[in-house]
Amino acid sequence: MRRRLRAPALVLAAVCGGLALWSAAAGGQQPPPARPGADPALAERGRALYARSCLICHGADLRGVRGRGPSLIGTGAAAVDFYVSTGRMPLSDPTAEPERADPEYPRRDIDALVTYVGSFGGPPIPRVDAAAGDVARGKASFTENCAGCHQVMGRGGIVVGAQVPAIGDVRAVQIGEAVRTGPYLMPVFDERRLPAAEVNDIAAYARFTANPDDRGGWGIGNLGPVPEGLVTWLLAAVALLGIVRLLGERAR
Amino acid sequence: MRAGRLAFLAGAVRGLLRPAPPTGAARAEEHSDPREYDATPHPRAELAVAALLALGGLLCLAFAVLLVAHPNTQLLGAALAAGLACVGAALGLASKRVVPQEVHVEEREPVPPEVDAALAAEARAGGEGISRRRVLAGAAGLAGCGLLGALAVPITALGPNLDGAPDRTPWRRGRHLVDPDGERLRAADIQIGSFHNVLPEGDARALEELGAPVVLVRVAPDSLDLPPERRTWAPQGILAFSQICTHAGCAVTLFRYPASEATSKPPALVCPCHYSTFDVRRAAKPVFGPAVRALPQLPLAVDADGFLVADGPLSGSVGPSWLDVRQSEGGR
Repeated sequence: MRRRLRAPALVLAAVCGGLALWSAAAGGQQPPPARPGADPALAERGRALYARSCLICHGADLRGVRGRGPSLIGTGAAAVDFYVSTGRMPLSDPTAEPERADPEYPRRDIDALVTYVGSFGGPPIPRVDAAAGDVARGKASFTENCAGCHQVMGRGGIVVGAQVPAIGDVRAVQIGEAVRTGPYLMPVFDERRLPAAEVNDIAAYARFTANPDDRGGWGIGNLGPVPEGLVTWLLAAVALLGIVRLLGERAR
Repeated sequence: MRAGRLAFLAGAVRGLLRPAPPTGAARAEEHSDPREYDATPHPRAELAVAALLALGGLLCLAFAVLLVAHPNTQLLGAALAAGLACVGAALGLASKRVVPQEVHVEEREPVPPEVDAALAAEARAGGEGISRRRVLAGAAGLAGCGLLGALAVPITALGPNLDGAPDRTPWRRGRHLVDPDGERLRAADIQIGSFHNVLPEGDARALEELGAPVVLVRVAPDSLDLPPERRTWAPQGILAFSQICTHAGCAVTLFRYPASEATSKPPALVCPCHYSTFDVRRAAKPVFGPAVRALPQLPLAVDADGFLVADGPLSGSVGPSWLDVRQSEGGR
């Protein structure tokens, strides 16, 4: 028994040793300074944060590491703000699907990372104003562009290869960032397909889906008519069968 | 206060449903005599049925009044449900407690043997007097076959009568691509990772034609893996495919584009009906789901003003895969 365990233990020790050496080497690497134009103090703070938490997967030169993380050159402020402010980054396992969580950093640190990585080019954080949007137009646009994956009441679900998040309580600017940058498997919706005014409408509708005007009764998660029908049939049919059974008993 | 009232109600209901204790001499021989007759009046039950009927009637009336005066779906539903429940409960209670309950076995009168014999003879004679038994049997068979045919032949109408539609397409070399609003698309406006619904320019019937709608996507040009004869079909990594899924003919409306392909999935068009997934960089080859044939591809070019134009017709038959559909070269 002990003999059989020895080989795996040795392999494990070698792997741990290798990882320790490699992370020590990686720790020595310094990411490049921010490109000019960014707030220098904030960018420097972002650079330090990058070196600590992002470099191991996105590389010392921000050009990504094969099999672990994509290049961040040209990714832009919008993507960084989206991933970090929704808690999707940093990711503990690079092959895991980034999921929404409480943000790892306070706002000031997020701003620093956005400034630093954003200085290497790419789309800026879009301006999205849900208050300027129209809920009815937003629903039409959402149905056409988003509901295929996010479900018409924004409850999310599953598509091939990814979980689709619910969008009801997502901040308007994060919706705009996702639309323009296409996080994880989501496609990019460019200005040609979704003009800024339409993104405002979608943000207004997304906010509406968090607290839709229910006509009352049991909403069943606003999942739509199919589960509603199923629940009605399953509950009502069982209740009716019980009543039929009671009525059919002979009086004694 | 409220709980007390509820307990009272529950007690009353239990009292109504519990049978009254058997009274009278007839009850004593209940088990020996198969005939049972219970005509004991149940004044309490009668009163309850009357009350339930009246309440049900009032509630149904309330539904009608509400519909005119205050059409709130919740109130309407509650009034109608409660009204129907009251009427139903009244009927149920009446059948159990108000209507006399009786089990009665009626003995048949004995049949005298001579009558029995006469009846038997009459029944036997019923089959005689038909001289062309076989003619009738043959005619009945014919009628049966006719009926079966009348049922079976319409089934053939369920098959596709597409009249060549899968092979007809309005796309020709030089025809501009437009968005659903009819505006031309500039190649430079299409971002990598985005997708667009596209129609042929100046085609009034575009939304009714199977071969017209096209989905346009853009991927990184150096990641393309098209067959050699299609190398020129995707300028700047912009690809266009028929939007009609080759499995069941749904519109392919989902596009997944990975932020980091190494740690997720390759870009693909996905049909929302059954999740058929088409690898756009390998000419929409199906990689997942029930579709077995690639989406027909539309060769593209960019004109002198930077607008996208078709560089030929679609590469194969559009739509679901029937037996006689022409396979496109890129298909499986």
